[in-house]
Amino acid sequence: MAIEKILKDDASEEKGERARMASFVGAIAITDLVKTTLGPKGMDKILQSTGRGNEVTVTNDGATILKSLHIDNPAAKVLIDISKVQDDEVGDGTTSVVVLAGELLREAEKLVAAKIHPMTIISGYRMAAECARNALLQRVVDNKENAEKFKSDLMKIAMTTLSSKILSQDKEHFAQLAVDAVMRLKGSTNLEAIQIIKKPGGSLKDSFLDEGFILDKKIGLGQPKRIENAKILVANTAMDTDKVKIYGARVRVDSMSKVAEIEGAEKEKMREKVKKILGHGINCFVNRQLIYNFPEELFADAGILAIEHADFDGIERLALVTGGEIASTFDNPESVKLGHCKLIEEIMIGEDKLIHFSGVEMGQACTIVLRGASHHVLDEAERSLHDALCVLSQTVNDTRVLLGGGWPEMVMAKEVDELARKTPGKKSHAIEAFSHALVAIPTIIADNAGLDSADLVAKLRAEHHKEGCNAGIDVISGSVGDMAELGISEAFKVKQAVLLSATEAAEMILRVDEIITCAPRKREDRM
Amino acid sequence: MALAFDEYGRPFIILKEQEQKTRLSGLEAQKANISAGRAVSRILRTSLGPKGMDKMLQSPDGNVTITNDGATILEQMDVDNQIAKLMVELSRSQDYEIGDGTTGVVVMAGALLEQAERLLERGIHPIRIAEGYEMASRIAVEHLECIAQKFDFGPTNIEPLVQTCMTTLSSKIVNRCKRALAEISVKAVLSVADLERKDVNLDLIKVEGKVGGKLEDTELIYGITVDKDMSHPQMPKQIEDAKIAILTCPFEPPKPKTKHKVDIDTVEKFQTLRQQEQKYFDDMVQKCKEVGATLVICQWGFDDEANHLLMHQNLPAVRWVGGVEVELIAIATGGRIVPRFQELTPEKLGRAGLVRERSFGTTKDKMLYIEHCANSRAVTIFIRGGNKMMIEETKRSIHDALCVARNLIRNNFIVYGGGAAEISCSIAVEAAADKYPGVEQYAIRAFADALDAVPMALAENSGLQPIETLSAVKSQQIKENNPHFGIDCNDVGTNDMCEQNVFETLIGKQQQILLATQVVKMILKIDDVISPSDY
Repeated sequence: MAIEKILKDDASEEKGERARMASFVGAIAITDLVKTTLGPKGMDKILQSTGRGNEVTVTNDGATILKSLHIDNPAAKVLIDISKVQDDEVGDGTTSVVVLAGELLREAEKLVAAKIHPMTIISGYRMAAECARNALLQRVVDNKENAEKFKSDLMKIAMTTLSSKILSQDKEHFAQLAVDAVMRLKGSTNLEAIQIIKKPGGSLKDSFLDEGFILDKKIGLGQPKRIENAKILVANTAMDTDKVKIYGARVRVDSMSKVAEIEGAEKEKMREKVKKILGHGINCFVNRQLIYNFPEELFADAGILAIEHADFDGIERLALVTGGEIASTFDNPESVKLGHCKLIEEIMIGEDKLIHFSGVEMGQACTIVLRGASHHVLDEAERSLHDALCVLSQTVNDTRVLLGGGWPEMVMAKEVDELARKTPGKKSHAIEAFSHALVAIPTIIADNAGLDSADLVAKLRAEHHKEGCNAGIDVISGSVGDMAELGISEAFKVKQAVLLSATEAAEMILRVDEIITCAPRKREDRM
Repeated sequence: MALAFDEYGRPFIILKEQEQKTRLSGLEAQKANISAGRAVSRILRTSLGPKGMDKMLQSPDGNVTITNDGATILEQMDVDNQIAKLMVELSRSQDYEIGDGTTGVVVMAGALLEQAERLLERGIHPIRIAEGYEMASRIAVEHLECIAQKFDFGPTNIEPLVQTCMTTLSSKIVNRCKRALAEISVKAVLSVADLERKDVNLDLIKVEGKVGGKLEDTELIYGITVDKDMSHPQMPKQIEDAKIAILTCPFEPPKPKTKHKVDIDTVEKFQTLRQQEQKYFDDMVQKCKEVGATLVICQWGFDDEANHLLMHQNLPAVRWVGGVEVELIAIATGGRIVPRFQELTPEKLGRAGLVRERSFGTTKDKMLYIEHCANSRAVTIFIRGGNKMMIEETKRSIHDALCVARNLIRNNFIVYGGGAAEISCSIAVEAAADKYPGVEQYAIRAFADALDAVPMALAENSGLQPIETLSAVKSQQIKENNPHFGIDCNDVGTNDMCEQNVFETLIGKQQQILLATQVVKMILKIDDVISPSDY
């Protein structure tokens, strides 16, 4: 009797070996895709969107690449997901996590082919991951106590992160920018307070950090262009016409004269509102919503700087830096906290006019102005800077630091190898495979830099056999070098997240022995 | 084909548009149904037990789910066959009723169908088979009660509960930290349990997840989390000894249900209306302030003006809180849900020791924690994990563990897991079979064989020799007359489940046998399948 069809048409089912193969192939394909972007000499990818305009993105950020891919393979989706999480959680290491997970699966494939049960591989991987984490924990450096040293640590981390990005030419400059910006946050991880403004033109070197706050807006016509000792009211209120919010209200008139009267009343109302706002004794008014011509004129008459249509983030940040509160009603001026700053002036960056608030009360926020030749460069610069900022702000919270350049992988691999030798049973093969996967990362870094990876990694392994060695791959000179001297550091939190999520993802994919794909929902063809 | 003719030779039409339908009847139909049922159980078979594998499911929209929870797999599988749908229902009802053993029940039903097919081939009438199964299931359920053990636990002695939850969790991907999760689940259940009435309202336990961090960071919060932040960015992020006003009315001028229009035709009216409106806002905020609230939780939104007024009055507020959360907050803080500002009184405010906002990761995800509530009965399990699929799977696993703990509180009898209970039942049913005269004896014996399927699958998935292991355990059980022996899935070295601390709940097991028998009976009774074949 033929087996009845259980699933719907178009739905497919893959079992056992085939299912496992499908996930291995998918995962490894994704890994190979992003592999070449790893390391300081990694290459970039061009991504063209299918949307209107076929926009082009040039990037070497793993998460960005993977986010833009349309993937059908379920195992590949798992990898994309971990890279996304890595981005959200620590901000950097998005490529490494995918590469490590892919290498783990590549090793697992060999073991499965050698008839080792996936569950045995998983338990081996778990032991290995635990052991690797402990190995890292033993070697971390924590300079929390020593502010001077800690700052240099941060600087090194920023440089290491940036060195694999487009900003690597000016990495010192940008590392300084990022460290300064993060230090201003004083331990908070709220990157919202750091504003990044991109202005095409000039070169990347012209980018700068501004201690004040820059709002990408123009000053209203006929209003002062420069105010000293500004008192700022930050508001979120309608400055066109106040809508009547009582439900069902509408205006019905029976003659033209009435229309005029109502219009007059409306104008009067607005005038009163402006008067109330003026009653706060301010000389600068920033509103989130539109300011119509009429009130704008009133403000100009009173010699007040009125800025309209600031975006929500801008308003929040402005309120944060100037210490004012966001107001929506203006009836009791005495209790509204106003924002203060020393100087407001219009400045020019490139050809654009911007409003610059300097001498603000709270020094937390700051603005980084990026300059660069094209939008693509600027976009990529922003992503790189964002990565660096994320890593730095996480490092400020978790001050443990490791060396970079493949050093942590070699340390882990050594410990894991030793564990493999001690463990009886089939698990030891899995543990050994884990160490192979770890070594794959320095290998890829070397390969990407056009170096002889086999030779270098072998040398590195030999170096690491000595106690307390700091050897890693020095991509610039193409040899094994002392990472501590070269000043290449990475944050412990990032490495740990890479290790754990990669193992978790590999485990998850290994556990699968059947893939059931539902019939895809029918869509209208867009083209 | 069912055709009948009248005396003039014209056919009666019995089935409308007969040609367009496919029809299977008699033995053929039964066999087709059985093979469909078995196909479903074959899919789940490899997911059984601590070494069971997972399934990867891709939904119509391309989202990926990885799970080994039977109910979830079947629900997402996009099943088309009618009989297969019955199996899906079967697993779902086990999920609703017991919450755990959703895979086992389907494997069991599959085995029963397989045995039935053999009997059908020997020419035994399906109804007789069904009756024999029914008798056998009764014997098995009674036998389970005999071998069940009562076990004691109390608010101070939670160890047995934790052990049972660990058995459930060990078959999931989270078994890496099953101990921690089992403890969390048990503590959660105990804190909401009504030990007097032996009932647990699982609605009071909220399971929340957020991507990021490690599985080990999963925590139990004695309170509620709300995935919202304060309505105004400058409101305080932490409130101690909060008095909470829980509102289900928006901070907006009222919208009467009856249709009305307010016509404005003069300037005076325009101005009074404006003042009226401002007064509304003032009144609303004043009202909240007057009763002494220090936090406002609102199911609806506020107007910008109201938002600022609240901020101005130093009254933090949260808006757009979902209906379920509002209820939970009300239960937890002992407050009343207030539908109108006029009805706000100090007694109706809820109380919480600490309300704080927490942010995660580099994105600006924020969550509100309401802790140390007046009525600590509502708890939240907050799951962290490497990726979305992991979180979803952990949620399902925790749900299973919670259900197990609840079942134990309702009925504190346990049987031993690892297939021990099934083997013991199988022996009992086999022995009882000889006492029944008639054809049913064969059915009862077949039932005993089917019961072996679960331990057999366990052994297979654990990489053991299924037949060898099963027969060894069986003979050991008979020789020592001890129903504690099961399959040693984790390769610990002993197959005494009592020593390994592998327990399952009695009602869970009973329910599995009863539900599986019922569905199989239903499938056996079908002898005609008519389906439209328009595609």
